[in-house]
Amino acid sequence: MDFPVELLINAIIAGVLLGGFYIAVTVGVSISFGMLDIVNIAHPAFIILGSYIAYIVNSTFGLDPVLVGLLMLPVFYALGAAVYQVYYLSFEKRGQEALRGLAFFFGILFITEVALILVFGVDYRYAEAAYIGPALRFAFVDLPYRMLIPCVISLAMLVALQVYLSRTFVGRAIKAVSQDQGALALMAADPIRIKRIAFGISIATAALAGAFLVILQPVEPSVGREYIGRVFAIAVLGGLGSLPGTVIAAMLLGIAESITATFYGPSWAPAVAFGFLLLTLAFRPSGLLGR
Amino acid sequence: MRSRVFILIAIAAAAAVFAATQLVANNYVFFAGYVVLQFVVLATAWNILGGYCGYVNFGSAAFFALGAYSAVALHKFDPGKPIEVCVQFAFLIERLQVNLGCYHLDVSFLAPVFPLPIPALIVAGGIVSGIVGFGMGYLTLRLRGSFFAIATLALAVVLQTLIVNWDYVGGSRGAYVIRPANLEVFGHQIPYIEYLFLLMLMLAALAVFIARTIERSRLGFGFATIRDDELAAEASGVPTLRLKLIATTISGALMGMAGAPFPYYIGYLEPSSAFGLAYAVNSIAMPMIGGTGTWIGPLVGALLLGTIQQVATVTISSAVNLLIVGVLLVAFVIIAPNGLVGFIEQRRRAKVQ
Repeated sequence: MDFPVELLINAIIAGVLLGGFYIAVTVGVSISFGMLDIVNIAHPAFIILGSYIAYIVNSTFGLDPVLVGLLMLPVFYALGAAVYQVYYLSFEKRGQEALRGLAFFFGILFITEVALILVFGVDYRYAEAAYIGPALRFAFVDLPYRMLIPCVISLAMLVALQVYLSRTFVGRAIKAVSQDQGALALMAADPIRIKRIAFGISIATAALAGAFLVILQPVEPSVGREYIGRVFAIAVLGGLGSLPGTVIAAMLLGIAESITATFYGPSWAPAVAFGFLLLTLAFRPSGLLGR
Repeated sequence: MRSRVFILIAIAAAAAVFAATQLVANNYVFFAGYVVLQFVVLATAWNILGGYCGYVNFGSAAFFALGAYSAVALHKFDPGKPIEVCVQFAFLIERLQVNLGCYHLDVSFLAPVFPLPIPALIVAGGIVSGIVGFGMGYLTLRLRGSFFAIATLALAVVLQTLIVNWDYVGGSRGAYVIRPANLEVFGHQIPYIEYLFLLMLMLAALAVFIARTIERSRLGFGFATIRDDELAAEASGVPTLRLKLIATTISGALMGMAGAPFPYYIGYLEPSSAFGLAYAVNSIAMPMIGGTGTWIGPLVGALLLGTIQQVATVTISSAVNLLIVGVLLVAFVIIAPNGLVGFIEQRRRAKVQ
């Protein structure tokens, strides 16, 4: 029996690169779901929105998609802060976030998808840039730039966030807000303001993730739904609110999906995330690095 | 309203609806009415878990599709051929397969019962979806409430993946289910669509009856304690996990039952239509807009929204009408959190005072 070692190594490396991209996709949910306890199931919708904006700017002005993603950061931050304000006034303040808050985010997810279908149709859209196509090659190992660039920038973004959360006053306040709002208020930090900032950051990461997505694969409005399972599987497996846990979980899922796609066919890949999620919930609901 | 009186009224209402359709010569009424009634079942089923217990199920489409695909699988099942059961283990690639041999099961003794009538398929669809609902609940309901919601969201994607890869029920190509034009009942020929409509009418009546019975029973009070304060309920001795599992199973089973006749209605079933977003969003939007927590809310919401959508699909477009549902859902949860029924009740109380 000749086991295709080269194929396996390539699959694992592709999985690591994919995992890097999953970091960018998930880090926002790690903040909103893990630290703020806001079950933002509409997060993938914001990612797809980012993809479409990157696509539009890229195809009309020829701007680099990643650059567009960076330029979108403040816009998405403001969008996130606005969404949180509505969420706070309508649900958190009234104590109705469990049922109606979830329905609210589901509605946003749904409206975004249908609106994008109405405007752009269900055709696949893709961005153009010089680095989409060529790959670094070491012996038999392929490192496509379209996957390498998102992976590197995602890791950089995660390190920056981790430093911000553990070194600055606001960052530490974000980590504290889920534990004890009252104590935080005593430290002269307005919990609502802190949550608004954190949710803004969480949505801002979706802008970059969206730009990466449109580099990685052609995008159509319903692609976002495939990411719901992945995003929450990674966030839960990593341990809610733990950014290092998110990295490990994202890499694990990326490798598992890549191996599945290589050896069983890509149509099975979406099932992997769900398997991860169910196994985690059944055996270790607090995740790998959860408290 | 006493239960017996309610049953009589429900039967009278169903009979009146059916009699009214007999006056219309156009078959379209049955096609449109079937969809509206199907949403009555879905919305009522969703409300048993969502409205009574406060647990959000985003996977209505998955349970619905499970029912539909159970029906397709049974429809395609041919007892004349023996079932081949092969035991094998495959590691990563085909080359590392270990075959432990194949066994043939003779199932020809089942031949007289096949093809199964649709009511039997409805029961089968209900059982399959109920079991899946129970399993999902067992894994996730012991944890924080939002985990269940997330798992149901992911469930839809995964079940769709399984169906797409399952060739027996057509895979991604879809499956044709040819329905006969007419059905013979005691020597009378009635159009098949009328038969389907009648079945769905009965199913809708059954769903509303179950929801209403639960609401007024010990079970319903138990559900309400979970919704209002699960920790306090647990502390006062309410078996919360058991009650939640009952709710998930009943709710899932009803959704599967609503899905089972669907292949016969549509004639051609493919994964993307069975798992359509419309089912997931409507079964949440209808109870939310009508009003959760009572049996009448989802009924009002489904009849209202279902009818509006039937009209909008014909006159505007199906994508626009889904957008309307989404916008209405968000608007209602923000502005009128208790839905239409809650809003009217509030107005009435304000008048009395």
